[in-house]
Amino acid sequence: MELTVQIGQSVLNALAYIGSLATLSARAGYYTFVAPLHGKPVRIQRAITQAMQVGVRALPILSLITFFIGLILALQAAYELRKFGAINFVASAVAISMSRELGPLITAIVVIGRSGSSFAAEIGTMKVTEELDALETMAINPIRFLVTPKFIAMMVMLPCLTIWANAMGVLGGSLFGVAKAGFNFTGYINASIDALFLRDIISGLVKSFMFAITITAVGCQEGLSTGAGAEQVGRSTTAAVVMSIFLVILVDLIFTALFFFLGAH
Amino acid sequence: MEPQITSPAETQTPAISLRNLRVSYGEREILHGVSFDVQQGETLVILGGSGSGKSTLLRTLVGLERPTSGEIWIKGRNIATISNDELDEIRRHMGMSFQGGALFGSMTVGENVALPLREHTKLEDPTIDIMLRLKLDQVGLSGYEDYVPSQLSGGMKKRAAVARALAMDPEILFFDEPSAGLDPIIAAGIDELILELKQAFHMTIIVVTHELASAFLIADRMVLIDKGDVIALGTPEEMRTSTHPRVRQFLDRIAEPAVSQELDYLQMLTEDRHGIRR
Repeated sequence: MELTVQIGQSVLNALAYIGSLATLSARAGYYTFVAPLHGKPVRIQRAITQAMQVGVRALPILSLITFFIGLILALQAAYELRKFGAINFVASAVAISMSRELGPLITAIVVIGRSGSSFAAEIGTMKVTEELDALETMAINPIRFLVTPKFIAMMVMLPCLTIWANAMGVLGGSLFGVAKAGFNFTGYINASIDALFLRDIISGLVKSFMFAITITAVGCQEGLSTGAGAEQVGRSTTAAVVMSIFLVILVDLIFTALFFFLGAH
Repeated sequence: MEPQITSPAETQTPAISLRNLRVSYGEREILHGVSFDVQQGETLVILGGSGSGKSTLLRTLVGLERPTSGEIWIKGRNIATISNDELDEIRRHMGMSFQGGALFGSMTVGENVALPLREHTKLEDPTIDIMLRLKLDQVGLSGYEDYVPSQLSGGMKKRAAVARALAMDPEILFFDEPSAGLDPIIAAGIDELILELKQAFHMTIIVVTHELASAFLIADRMVLIDKGDVIALGTPEEMRTSTHPRVRQFLDRIAEPAVSQELDYLQMLTEDRHGIRR
């Protein structure tokens, strides 16, 4: 009895949490698309600053990580492929697994670490120092003022970063391809491009778009629900990272399954 | 739900009218039916000890907390029941200075003060620049517009917060613990500033504090909140001569009497906690 009550309670809490994320995203959508028609413009300047922070500043570390991931993928694929004398398929293996799965996922995880956590910390600190209250007493909606520019920045930048990550992954794979699999550089790149269908890239980008919504919603929601006291900001930041990683993988699973069954017909 | 059709504000126009205001956090009721009026242009000081409910009262007055029941009439509207959009409309006539200043750390002092103007008016940048310098001058912070809040001292942060609260030329100005965390000289400077604002603009000013010296200096009237109830309301003179035991205790700074009797002590340990609040 006790156990069923606990399970029921946990399920309700989880649904309430997802509901709060959906509400936050919907409100950000309202302030992006509907409110400007009523004379409440989007803070474009702020969104651009955020986009620089989320996107451009992430490029060096993301490039390095996805280059390595591409190289690792090539090594792992070659280990199996060479048994069949099919080592020249290493290019397509890397290209497909990067653009369908690892490009979007690794990008999302790097961005969670850099930006999802900082969203929670920024908004959480503002909550603790009464800055959110101050916004409200000035008749400025914190969702419009703080959260909406973050959504816009993330939804534009994460797919862009993902494309970049795919390219860096292929580049990483080419290092092995050229050194050990008998490709020349242009040959490797051509083999990668030939292996990819548009739907591989599109499905990766759709995922990364959904990841962007998830990461921003979790980061901002954790920040907004920060309790009193500085140590709560730390708790929110940690919760934002853990919850974002979990939900991104869940969203990944849902969309991968969706594409699998849609593609099967 | 309320048969009264004309609001109190339309008849004799107090700036704020509270009627039987109750506020709860979850199960716990913080304010148990608070009623009083704040007249136009007066400075009302809300006094009370820690946990008395005075900060909750202030948060409710500016619309940060919604009451469980009761009415708050400001500018002819009952802000306890209006929608958020309508509340925002009323808020443009109110300014609030928070305890820690609550300045936005990512913006300069000038941007902080200019923010309400940029958000709510269509003024051109040069006009906004002139207005923000004017506001900073009013609080004695001329020339600090390019500083960021972390470069300011505690007293200067409070002054900058007041300048931001003044940006929209509010009719009602709220202060949460204006002298908290400041040394006596700086705190006296803030009191002086509140008096100057009152004389210069005839604003209605509401100050929440537990600093008695500052309260008696700036108040036209004061209200003493204790455990969620108003126990005294009157001019500083009336408060000084009050014979109400809790008022005397608060004003004379007498500590809570220690539990002396064994039986009382036993009762304190065993009493029903949920029953005391009634």
